[in-house]
Amino acid sequence: MNSYLRSQKRVVLRNCGQIDPNSIEEYISSGGYRALKRALLEMEPAAVVQTVKDSGLRGRGGAGFPTGLKWEFAAKAEGDPKFVICNADEGEPGTFKDRLILEGDPHCVIEGMVIAAYAVGASKGYLYIRGEYGQSYETITNALKQARSAGFLGNDIAGSGFGFDIVVRSGAGAYVCGEETALMESIEGKRGESRVKPPYPTDKGLWGYPTVINNVETLANIPPIIENGADWFRQIGTPTSPGTKVFTLTGDVMNRGLVEVPMGTTLRTLVFDVGGGIPRGRKFKMAQTGGSSGGCLPASLLDIPLDFDSLREVDSSLGSGALLIVDDSHCIVDVVKSFMHFFEHESCGKCTPCREGTYRLARLVEKIEDEEATLADLDVLSRLCRVMERSCLCGLGQAAPKPVLTTLKYFKEEYLVHLRDQAASKGA
Amino acid sequence: MNACSTAPTLSTETDKQIDRVIEEYKDEPSPLLEILNEVQHIFGYLSDDMLIAISEKLSIPTSQVYGVATFYSLLSTRPKGKHIIRVCESAPCHVMGSESVLRAVKDELGIDLGETTPDGLFTLESTSCLGICSVGPAMMVNDRVFGNLTREKVRLILRRYAKDKEASVS
Amino acid sequence: MAAVQLKPEQEVAMATLTIDGHSVTVPEGTTVLEAAKKVGITIPTLCHHPDLPPQGICRLCVVEVEGSFLLQTACTYPVKDGMKVRTNSPLVRESRRTTVELMLARGDHNCPTCPRNQNCELQTVAESLGIREIPFQVLRHPRPKDMSSASIVRDPEKCILCRRCVAVCQEVQGVGILFPVGRGFATEITTPLDRNLSEVACVNCGQCVLVCPVGAIYEKDDTNRVWEALADPSKVVIVQTAPAVRVSIGEELGLPPGSITTGKLVSALREMGFDKVFDTDFTADLTIIEEGHELLQRMKTGGTLPMLTSCSPGWIKFIEHYYPELLDHVSTCKSPQQMFGALAKTYYAQKAGIDPKDIYSVSVMPCTAKKFECTREEMCGESGPDVDVVLTTRELGRMIRQMGLDFANLPESDYDDPFGISTGAGVIFGATGGVMEAALRTVYEVVTGKTLPSIDFHPVRGLEAIKEADVDLDGVKVKVAVAHGLSNAKVLLEQIKRGESDYHFIEIMCCPGGCIGGGGQPIPTTMETRAKRIRATYEADRSLPLRKSHENPAIKKLYSEFLKEPLGEKSHELLHTTYRRRPLFQQRI
Repeated sequence: MNSYLRSQKRVVLRNCGQIDPNSIEEYISSGGYRALKRALLEMEPAAVVQTVKDSGLRGRGGAGFPTGLKWEFAAKAEGDPKFVICNADEGEPGTFKDRLILEGDPHCVIEGMVIAAYAVGASKGYLYIRGEYGQSYETITNALKQARSAGFLGNDIAGSGFGFDIVVRSGAGAYVCGEETALMESIEGKRGESRVKPPYPTDKGLWGYPTVINNVETLANIPPIIENGADWFRQIGTPTSPGTKVFTLTGDVMNRGLVEVPMGTTLRTLVFDVGGGIPRGRKFKMAQTGGSSGGCLPASLLDIPLDFDSLREVDSSLGSGALLIVDDSHCIVDVVKSFMHFFEHESCGKCTPCREGTYRLARLVEKIEDEEATLADLDVLSRLCRVMERSCLCGLGQAAPKPVLTTLKYFKEEYLVHLRDQAASKGA
Repeated sequence: MNACSTAPTLSTETDKQIDRVIEEYKDEPSPLLEILNEVQHIFGYLSDDMLIAISEKLSIPTSQVYGVATFYSLLSTRPKGKHIIRVCESAPCHVMGSESVLRAVKDELGIDLGETTPDGLFTLESTSCLGICSVGPAMMVNDRVFGNLTREKVRLILRRYAKDKEASVS
Repeated sequence: MAAVQLKPEQEVAMATLTIDGHSVTVPEGTTVLEAAKKVGITIPTLCHHPDLPPQGICRLCVVEVEGSFLLQTACTYPVKDGMKVRTNSPLVRESRRTTVELMLARGDHNCPTCPRNQNCELQTVAESLGIREIPFQVLRHPRPKDMSSASIVRDPEKCILCRRCVAVCQEVQGVGILFPVGRGFATEITTPLDRNLSEVACVNCGQCVLVCPVGAIYEKDDTNRVWEALADPSKVVIVQTAPAVRVSIGEELGLPPGSITTGKLVSALREMGFDKVFDTDFTADLTIIEEGHELLQRMKTGGTLPMLTSCSPGWIKFIEHYYPELLDHVSTCKSPQQMFGALAKTYYAQKAGIDPKDIYSVSVMPCTAKKFECTREEMCGESGPDVDVVLTTRELGRMIRQMGLDFANLPESDYDDPFGISTGAGVIFGATGGVMEAALRTVYEVVTGKTLPSIDFHPVRGLEAIKEADVDLDGVKVKVAVAHGLSNAKVLLEQIKRGESDYHFIEIMCCPGGCIGGGGQPIPTTMETRAKRIRATYEADRSLPLRKSHENPAIKKLYSEFLKEPLGEKSHELLHTTYRRRPLFQQRI
């Protein structure tokens, strides 16, 4: 076994590439929908919630909130109907895991949704797919049809008496709709702007009703957890972040693409073993974890375990599992500029610090790159970042400064050499 | 004597097509975004008259319909070129050299971001991550994605689209 | 399935928390903003308005909540027992200052030239934060002011995107003209399809003006036209003042809300140089006579019922745009302002021996929609517009300040004849339910021939959304309803559309609270100030010797000298009007 495969463990991607995604028969013959039957026919909803709680599964969309707890809140919330939403609005730059799961194993997501619905008492589900993902839309629509005719969706699922169905909704080009409340606004036919929390979706979600909203990868974990039990799941990964994580390796790395490894695998293993190292004989400079809204880590942190808590300790995040590797041929300020352009383009414009702040961050970083900034500008940049990460309305604005803050922490000298006086003295 | 009148009405055919789209979603609560997506898909953009018609048919104030239509980057209230080129500007593609890809597209077509060529054939836009970072730098032409781009490859692709005006590029 | 746990009724859980070290106990679910007020701490806000749902979008009111990395918006964050809040920590101050700097770095915030100078929430906040310079490059907004409307000006350069206007336009008024468009830094608040205000179905109510924290939306200023007329010796410049202005002009000039300043108002107008100072209350009384008889006629002859009142021009434009199929329900009576205008250039001109062409007729109104109303074709007589120019309460206040008058210490004086005598019934036109009450006072006595046992109709008073009452006119039951604010009006209109309305008569006022809450009134206008102005209105009514329109001797004289009879030929010519269906969009030429 080569190092690429040796470090991997496939739970979520168990069927991807192994079965025909357009064939429900192949999914069933590889053990599909067994977990659904077990949950609906042999378990009380509360027991399903308990199993997921015991498994320690945490949301794979970015925030890492305990999935079982979320389900419990929704199950206990008053309100009828209740909804389950699958968040497939995958827009985090450098992330394409949800697309490949939906296109490679759509039924495991459907199965996860039905189990979630049963656990919380939801009667209807929405699967919100990013507008750019035409192929995913077709694959999942086809899979839903098959699941319906096979009796895994509809009024009386698998003879359990439980009824649930799923509607697919398509986004229309707005990264912010990956934020759960903005996504719900979008399903409601509105501008995809985030809502103020509290209230949380489990209390007042879609159209004001209790709603569970889970990421594609989170839901794909559900059938194996139900089938193999919480203890089995806990054997994988770390005590506080059990299970596996799907990562998307991009940038200056030999093996770009999708990998699944146990939580807690080190950054070094991912980059150098699984990823095959840095191409063209260059050196590793930084890795950004968690997509554009994640932190940028230097070589000195290569041995950090990739899990929710370890990354939080170094001001970064696991996020969606994006891993952007940058080699030493790149200027940090140039890379950060690209992140800032992204946030400027994607801010919804509702709250002041994000609407105005993302614009100003982009201008300030450009000013630095153009060697026109002074130390005072750098202070303004830091202050704006500090304010945004605490005061913006939603995760987008709160996370937007992260690349700046972490690069200011780990790569400050690269900013300093760009400053007007510094650059001038260098020239002299 | 009344100088004003309602906005010019849509052609009967367009109106019927919009009705058909709305009919498709009659069982769904608040299907506005779905309807805008589909009407945009049929006509390539959302004209003022289409927005007014959708607003009236759904009993949603036109201000809200317009507010939604201008929020999402895949929706457009202005006509666009026959082929829409979306160059990914996300960090993974940026690191792999998307700036030179964008430059190549601009040079080849002689337009800037957000512009349409005078012959109405191409519109150039940037896009957020297309989810194909493993083959970055990447771009989309209409619904088709192209990866591992170089200046040379970009030129080739665009010339094929320019030649084959029916867009049956394989 | 788990049984639903029932919460014990009426038991409100209390929470004790500390705010900046002060302990406070409030019901759970109270916001931090409200709780802070209880301990005497005012947290600065911009997107928050006491009468609108909290939004939490400007992020100015952020506070530190112990245990939370994020700062929380006080206007939305519910208190919990044991919570510890800091409203003035270094983090909070840095955040507020940066947020305001970001706002000031975009657009035109040049205070001296702003219509809201010295009455601006952004200015107040910037002052208290001590902002002296802006660390970001200041960008001007490329969009020009929208001056197309007869009533309202929009200046996007001053907008801070707080969305209070959106909430009031979409939710309170249900008109739905203003809405956010675009995304991110390019987001702006604008009209449907980004058309000019005059090209869309804006009803000119001006509620957006009242809630705007800055100078991004304001009344069209017509003060110069009035100054010019006053300076023109060839013109006889007359003025009428609406019922609601007497209880609000004092407030505009620094007196407490609810001050009644009728006599000072008249003195100020005389000081300004108006040749005659008249009272719209007089034509309010006249409206009651005409409208009352119209109602009785409709009831007798099987006319269209329920009949809807027609005094409020924002409401009239609303029904013309949005419910044109119900226009037959609207009383054909002109509004008191326009009845006055028509009589001024006919009856009064004739009586005073003035060529109507030399009369310049000004009206002072609590209302922005009246500015549009006086430009309607139907409101023009042989000698031009019946009312030449409309000033709002705010504009009149500005003119009085410009003159340097010490308003609070002006002597009291009386209105001029022949439009100077009015009754309490005319005064209460200014409050929601007032037209209805005034009409009932008259209709009852006209129909029954008896004196009202009690003159006060309490069920139609107050700020409740929709009020209703049954009145027994000697065996004839009359069912009436009152709505104020257009979303409330919509409820009654939908009933009529469905054929489920069994009312005879409905009063509709465009603005919440009626005219005392009109778009031309002092800023701030909140439910609290509205209530105070309403109280003052009924106080003014009580203090008058005459309180029923049909008892007004000047009205009796007007009929005997000029109009002859209610709904007569002359009335039809001068006091009644027609309406028309208006499109939602005007075609661009």
